[in-house]
Amino acid sequence: MKVDEMKAGLSEYLAKEILKQPDRAIKPDEALLSSGLIDSFHLVDLALFVEDNYGVHIADSELNASTFDSLDQLIALIQSRQ
Amino acid sequence: MPTFSDLLKSHYEQTPDKVSVTILQRGQPDCPVTYRQLIHGASGYVRTLEKNGVQPGDVVILILQHGIDLLYAYFGTILHGAIPSIMPFLTEKLLPERYRADLASLVEVTQPTAIITYSEFESEVRAALKPGEDSVKAVIISEQAEGPGAPDFGCFGGFQRKPDDIVLLQHSSGTTGLKKGVALSHQAVLNQLKSYGAAIHLDPADVFVSWLPLYHDMGLIACWLMPILSGYPLVIMSPFDWIRAPYLLMQVVSKYKGTLSWLPNFAYNFCAQKVRDRDLEGVDLSSWRAISNCSEPMRWDSHQAFYDRFRNVGLRYEALTTCYAMAENVFAVTQGGIDAPVVFEDVDRESLQVEKVARPAIEGLPTVRMLGAGKAICNTKVCILDAHGRPLPDRHVGEVALNSDCMLSSYYHRPDATEKAFLNGWYLTGDFGYLVDGELYITGRKKDLIIVGGKNIYPQDLELLAYEVPGVHAGRASAFGVFNDATGTEDVVLVAEVDSDDPAERQRIADGIRAAVTRGSAVALRYVHIVGRHWMVKTSSGKTARSANREKFLSEMQEKGKVF
Repeated sequence: MKVDEMKAGLSEYLAKEILKQPDRAIKPDEALLSSGLIDSFHLVDLALFVEDNYGVHIADSELNASTFDSLDQLIALIQSRQ
Repeated sequence: MPTFSDLLKSHYEQTPDKVSVTILQRGQPDCPVTYRQLIHGASGYVRTLEKNGVQPGDVVILILQHGIDLLYAYFGTILHGAIPSIMPFLTEKLLPERYRADLASLVEVTQPTAIITYSEFESEVRAALKPGEDSVKAVIISEQAEGPGAPDFGCFGGFQRKPDDIVLLQHSSGTTGLKKGVALSHQAVLNQLKSYGAAIHLDPADVFVSWLPLYHDMGLIACWLMPILSGYPLVIMSPFDWIRAPYLLMQVVSKYKGTLSWLPNFAYNFCAQKVRDRDLEGVDLSSWRAISNCSEPMRWDSHQAFYDRFRNVGLRYEALTTCYAMAENVFAVTQGGIDAPVVFEDVDRESLQVEKVARPAIEGLPTVRMLGAGKAICNTKVCILDAHGRPLPDRHVGEVALNSDCMLSSYYHRPDATEKAFLNGWYLTGDFGYLVDGELYITGRKKDLIIVGGKNIYPQDLELLAYEVPGVHAGRASAFGVFNDATGTEDVVLVAEVDSDDPAERQRIADGIRAAVTRGSAVALRYVHIVGRHWMVKTSSGKTARSANREKFLSEMQEKGKVF
């Protein structure tokens, strides 16, 4: 899958399902976890979405800002495991 | 009447090798702690507190994560005769400055003599203090505390404490100068444990399993003090680990044959939706005999979703129970579902909302399904009062009031708040509800309190944060909760009036509000609604009328076809 497609898919999911602001643009380097934009209640949802759509497992112990914080970092993590 | 110290000593002497607490931490082996280890570890803290000049009766604030240090420090403080109070740990999304301000206000009200924390957090704590001016004599670093050792009970200050002395403080989560520490005596806590233990039929085979935070009554009383002081095994994990891996709860119940747990309503939906089949392989939940829904409005739908999800791994329907509780009564007020399945009833919506009477459903008309919170535990009396403080008959909605032998001693250093909370000896809960043959149903609350995932949030705290955003004027924001059926808890909505009509500017303000609220309160706003001038409904005093604004918001959303 191309990076652009993945970026579009993930930002749409984040804006629509997690932030409930469908029109909200997510910048590729925007801090998502450390800024509190994605709160801890939604970390599992994000991990399950990544697993279902990109076939990559993110362990619960990795669901923190030191593993990935931005969209770019999340995509890099997914690619490194595909 | 014994005190906490007497009970701890008795477990130490009679069952030293019994495992009291098993601490689970991700990435580490399970850590069983016997009563001997617990008392030896706590004794190290008694010596540490003594060295640091902490006297019996002094307040000690603990800022530690779930783990062995917290266990030893908490009970060490009690054995020393000092008064522990657990403060939440700083999370990464909360602004450190905000945390410091919160800690500083806690210090001002409760006048603690010492704070116990980790070395890595010391600078954070010191930044909130005013050396020489405030009450804090020592910041104790847990890594530098005295090591475990045999107790010298004869010298421990805890044994000089009397049953009606204050044993612990529990703090509410409000920040706007509303911080109220609920002060509880040994006697009140032990009276609660006795009555509540009888209500849930505590049995020698019981095993408690919990992921709950300990700065909240549900975690602190039901899943910490009750098992440890009464001698039942407790298996405990951190809320940080559970929220990232909700299946841990099921795996741990299965592994340790857990029988009792307490959960806020959202956790039923959360587990039902987010636990995958692969994480349930080999899991058997048939040991679970009572999972009490407690601390936020409880829903029949949530129980059903949880049961449907886990029935095929042994969950029994009878295990789903309910509880209405508050820190001011130490913990439980009522318990349902133990002697018979939890009751629910469908009532006529119109009568409930307009006449404030819960009449049985009328065919063809809209209904509301109410889940019973159970009957009052044996030491607690519950009544429903009208606006003038007069008792109401069954099925009439009014304020829930209670009276018991386990009430708070006071709001610590807040005589004003203590006096306001009582009417002729009855504690006014601020919750609305009705009774039917002793069964209590909770319908709503008097205060504009928002409860998200079991955590109490004061809307005025969020509004104050919104006012910090350029473009939002003071007095022109309103925060409230809207129940979300999918998550089983409230979504937080904030409406703000702005002068600008420019969509880009409004988006910038909305983003600013989200960031300010999240970083300032650790609460994520689910919806920020930016409106033009004169939108807000105000009360005669000029304050925002949150419930009226909530209704207005919901009807606007309905017009736009958005369902809340």
